Amino acid sequence: MISETIFLSPTDLMLAALLVVALALVSRCLGLGLAGQMIVAALRTALQLSLVGLVLKVVFSSIEPLWIASMAAVMLVAAAREVMARQTRRFTGWWGFGMGAIPMFVSSFAVTILSLVVVIGVDPWYTPQYAIPLLGMMLGNTMTGIALGLERLTESVWERRRVIEARLMLGHTWSEAIFDIRRASARSAMIPAINAMAAAGLVSLPGMMTGQILAGNPPVEAVKYQILIMFIISAGTGFGAFIAVWAGSRRLFDDRERLRLDRLCRPP
Amino acid sequence: MISRLRVDNLTIHGVGPLSLDIDIGTCVGLFGPSGAGKTLFLRAIADMEPHGGAIYLDGTEQARIRAPDWRRQVGLLPAESMWWFDTVGEHFSRQDADGFDRLGIDTGLLSCPVSRLSSGERQRLALLRLLENRPRLLLLDEPTANLDSDNTARVEMMVRTYREKTGAAVLWIGHRHVQLRRVAMRIVGMSGGRFDDPGGTR
Repeated sequence: MISETIFLSPTDLMLAALLVVALALVSRCLGLGLAGQMIVAALRTALQLSLVGLVLKVVFSSIEPLWIASMAAVMLVAAAREVMARQTRRFTGWWGFGMGAIPMFVSSFAVTILSLVVVIGVDPWYTPQYAIPLLGMMLGNTMTGIALGLERLTESVWERRRVIEARLMLGHTWSEAIFDIRRASARSAMIPAINAMAAAGLVSLPGMMTGQILAGNPPVEAVKYQILIMFIISAGTGFGAFIAVWAGSRRLFDDRERLRLDRLCRPP
Repeated sequence: MISRLRVDNLTIHGVGPLSLDIDIGTCVGLFGPSGAGKTLFLRAIADMEPHGGAIYLDGTEQARIRAPDWRRQVGLLPAESMWWFDTVGEHFSRQDADGFDRLGIDTGLLSCPVSRLSSGERQRLALLRLLENRPRLLLLDEPTANLDSDNTARVEMMVRTYREKTGAAVLWIGHRHVQLRRVAMRIVGMSGGRFDDPGGTR
């Protein structure tokens, strides 16, 4: 039996918002210094999602490639900015932006297009109802993976700079000198995706599936889409993080394989 | 005769221009106050820092040799050694029992965790590790700073034997004039990023 969707009213959402306000008050009483951030983040959620809802309404109403491409570009730029903002020691200049944007573009777009064409088989492949949510989920997760991988990479290289240089002095190549750090960074980027796959269904019901079930879709269909999403998210996150960590590692050395920490910004 | 090391108008982070020649099998001592640019000079020769000017090893310019190969030939021993594996032995590709013996180190140390080494042991082991590459030039940044007189003598003898046996050139940074007069054929002073007298005193 398929239950009918219960439409949420603004009052329902206000009630949920009260919970966040209560949490902010408690954190203020505990002196955690998080109340302001929490309220701003909650307001951003409401505002950004409302806006995107309106935009999606327009985009979904017509299959116009230019609209879809523009929306995808905005999503990519926003995600790349987030990656950059989360780095304690980001790369200097455009590298700081490109180190997030390029791997994210290569990995998220490639995996999303592959899924749309080969797995889902939707026609045309850029049908916004499929393409935009899939790309959004891919970018959101790839962004986290790349941000974690790059943060671990740059912080570890800074902390272990003297060991890396000692290895270079003994004639190790840049790749050998940074091998351990690169491996640990790629692993830390992948851990959230692996944990999510391992815990799915047992510990947590993934958000997209919960959303579909709440919206009245059959659970079996929701599960199938969720499995698809988790697989492509893991693949996208992994490939994106590997590209970013590898490119970031290479950027930390110049053509004479010297460690170039001057290519990282000082922490704010 | 081609010099083992030739440095032409080297500039690096406000240090220089510096020019220096070192012949095969000779040891040059370098002294000067802290901040004079001695360590930067050594790092530039080992190609660890971007720099201006030209550096030649046996007549071949630095840029013509792959960086890792250059660094294996130009062995830089920093003032403080670094270790990255858990045990000492993992840092060595072979067990040079004779080298260990000459530096007064028991080969049993190879199975020890690095964390248990004294600073003096680290210093001596770092020299042995460097010599595994059979470098043609040794750049030693205060190699006996943490050592007592017995172990200082052992390190001096080890470097001298290596130099005489292989013809390697040595550039030795030190603060003790007495020691530099003992180990070096020529001593060059450095202050404010310049050599006081590039020809040095003998």
